Amino acid sequence: MNTYFHSVTLDTDKCKGCTNCIKRCPVEAIRVRDGKAVIVEERCIDCGECIRECPNHAKIAVTDSLAKLSEYKYNIALPAPSFFGQFKEQVNIEDVLYAFRGIGFDEVFEVALAAEIVGHSVHEFLNEYKGKRPIFSSACPAVLRLMQIKYPDLLDQVAPFLTPMEVAARIAKEQASRKLGIPYEEIGAFFISPCPAKVTEMRNPMTTKHSAVNGVIGVNLIYKDIIRHLGDRTTNGGPDRLQRATKFGMAWGYVTGESRNIAAATTLAVGGIHNVISLLEEIERGELKDVDFVEVQACTGGCVGGPLNIQNLFVGRIRLRDLIKRFGTREAYFTEADLQEIYRQNRFAATEPVEPRAIMTLDEDVSRALMKMERLDQITDELPGLDCGACGSPSCRALAEDIIRGIAFETDCVIKLREKVKILAEEILDLARIVPPSMSDNSKKGDVGREH
Amino acid sequence: MVDSLAYTPQITLEFKIGEKDFFVAGECASRVKKTLQQLGLKQNVIKRIAIIIYEAAMNVAIHATSGMVTVHIEPDAITIRTEDVGAGIEDIDLAMKEGYSTATYEIREMGFGAGMGLSNIKQCSDDLKIESKVGVGTTLNAKVYFQEQPRPADR
Repeated sequence: MNTYFHSVTLDTDKCKGCTNCIKRCPVEAIRVRDGKAVIVEERCIDCGECIRECPNHAKIAVTDSLAKLSEYKYNIALPAPSFFGQFKEQVNIEDVLYAFRGIGFDEVFEVALAAEIVGHSVHEFLNEYKGKRPIFSSACPAVLRLMQIKYPDLLDQVAPFLTPMEVAARIAKEQASRKLGIPYEEIGAFFISPCPAKVTEMRNPMTTKHSAVNGVIGVNLIYKDIIRHLGDRTTNGGPDRLQRATKFGMAWGYVTGESRNIAAATTLAVGGIHNVISLLEEIERGELKDVDFVEVQACTGGCVGGPLNIQNLFVGRIRLRDLIKRFGTREAYFTEADLQEIYRQNRFAATEPVEPRAIMTLDEDVSRALMKMERLDQITDELPGLDCGACGSPSCRALAEDIIRGIAFETDCVIKLREKVKILAEEILDLARIVPPSMSDNSKKGDVGREH
Repeated sequence: MVDSLAYTPQITLEFKIGEKDFFVAGECASRVKKTLQQLGLKQNVIKRIAIIIYEAAMNVAIHATSGMVTVHIEPDAITIRTEDVGAGIEDIDLAMKEGYSTATYEIREMGFGAGMGLSNIKQCSDDLKIESKVGVGTTLNAKVYFQEQPRPADR
């Protein structure tokens, strides 16, 4: 198997080896070893749950920095829709967009605009689709990675389209290349991301062979710089219309926005990885077949709840909604005919199917796997069932699994260890009570008989 | 199969189902599904098994007063057995028909009892036996082989 790149990593200096993250990880991908958290790379889906959870801020997302702009002749910023929810009420969209020029970009292209294209394509697709329902959104890479390892039989119900991030990069680079005559390869497209999973997605994309995105920069990294340049437009007398996305695309920044844009007859929108899991369980059991489209987002509240965002998700959400109300509705940049043409040409269809990754399997041979499972059940039964995490595995069952896989021992369990110590102590005591024959009963009798 | 194994490994999972305990049916199915995924079975086989368990457990929850689902996994096949105490089935052939249902209005209102359960189970099983006594209860035995079985022509 190839080595996995992950955006979510550990700052070992800050990690105190507590068990908060291992218990919260939705795919049980973290263990504590030698006093530090260790991420099991092949399991991690980059959802960022541990980043939110860690009380010591030891979980970080590796994203690109502005320094990478120097590698390209012409740079385009691709801000996620949720980005606009990160500012105070009085800030307007034009100021934010213009500020990107101040921090070194030549151009800015709203991902919301690309979202409108994807939204339209999925809408048309659903009108013609006769297969199994519901169809799932392909926008959240963390959810797709979750499905790969835990819900593989739902993968063929993923909407076969590229993500808005990918579409934005392609359109923005093509347009710039055509307009300015700069070779496509010399244009850098940088996604401004609320989310570590997008970094991973850019490096190892699931729905296309090669990503057109050249870098993913965390919102947390550039937020201050953007704030500093918010006044640029008024001072420099910048152009008045950088904003092209309508409310339909911008609303992709929070849960329900995407499904509203797609406007299928029956839709469902869910945010939060643990909620997504219970919904997927339900759908996997064959329920909700009457739902046309399910918007599934790893973060509570959708992308506004992304771990790299600045604002509290509820604040971010309301700010974004306000902003949409005040500035959002303008005439669409892409006409209905443009969108129809894009769909007809299948321009932004996914070119790769999302493949399952069977990493939960105990053994390649069913008999051997079954044997291990037997042992697994036995060990689980013998463990205390406290799920305390002190052994470094998230639950007793997970410890049993780790023992089977040969990466942990039964005595890693403190309760088990205590039991063993107790037995040993009793044995020692028993041994201590044994008196050699030369000193036992008879000699005692002698003692008793002795006169004082 | 591997010859080096001195014994045949096997696992039994049991689930108790109470009257109208619709929640547990889904839980049984996903528990078994996870187990089968860990065993590395093919997706389509897992899916068939999950449907059988879900539908069979739902039948117990809908129609019986109490029951038990027992799932027995061996290296080459899985057996799903439900035993219940309850109304029983008057005419098994009729009950197997798609769309035939004796579920109450309330249960149908909840989105269950569409009369597809037994026919779904039949479609997914390689072997299916149902025994029932009216007023006493029903026993269902379904078997699925992990290797693709030649299917009778009438299916």
